[in-house]
Amino acid sequence: MPEKITYPNRLGLKGWVVGGRWGVERYLFILHRLTGLGLVLYFLMHIVVTSSRALGVAWWERAMGAVSGGVFTIGEFLIVVGFAFHAANGIRLVLIELGWLTGKAEEPIYPYKSSLNVQRPFMIVMMILAAVVIVMGGLELFAH
Amino acid sequence: MSMRQTKLWSWHVIAGVVLLVLVGLHMAIMHLNGILNLVGYNPAGEDPIAWENVVFRAQQVTFMIVYILVLAAGLFHGLYGTRTILFELNPSPGVRTLITTVFLILGIGLFIFGSWAAIAARSTALALMQ
Repeated sequence: MPEKITYPNRLGLKGWVVGGRWGVERYLFILHRLTGLGLVLYFLMHIVVTSSRALGVAWWERAMGAVSGGVFTIGEFLIVVGFAFHAANGIRLVLIELGWLTGKAEEPIYPYKSSLNVQRPFMIVMMILAAVVIVMGGLELFAH
Repeated sequence: MSMRQTKLWSWHVIAGVVLLVLVGLHMAIMHLNGILNLVGYNPAGEDPIAWENVVFRAQQVTFMIVYILVLAAGLFHGLYGTRTILFELNPSPGVRTLITTVFLILGIGLFIFGSWAAIAARSTALALMQ
């Protein structure tokens, strides 16, 4: 029977949060996880709250009344922020996973090319896209 | 990574792409409808959670199918992603089994509950339209 290979999680939670001197993508990784966890938590509650529509208008209005206004408006904006970032960064991650943003393998000739040269401009475009959606969401919630 | 984990990861990515499209649509209708002027989805005024607008969307079979697809993709993507993060803390095999079991029960339970709500909401909406 082959010996089980284990990799000790030496830094634990600190390893998730502290990106050290790694590039900006390392911090996007942390944000992707944080927004993902927040969105999951919200989604599980959202399923329960919005299911009240099946029981008729009285249940729906009672449920919506319980989660409207004040702190919930700020919460709703945070969901828009989380979704916009997670979705835009997710597009980047999927394209990297498929190899479309890493560039083709080639002979290393000085000055060396890095796969960052391909994906970093795309990362900037995606972050601008996320920022546009966040601003639109903010305007819709607080100014429209 | 075993073949099974590779398949699950591929499904995680596919579910993410499905969510990008469907939740993107949902966010546009529910959170950006005023700015984007999506009157067609909220005919009773700009407030997307007004009961009349909820009934209008709920009676459409397309919306019911989209809700169920979002449920399946969202629950799988979210719970599998959370499980992956928790597994990075290197828990014991017993704790891993416990996490997987709890997430499976939670995911299947909420999928059944949410699907029931989407189907029942359509019946309620159709009855009100008559």
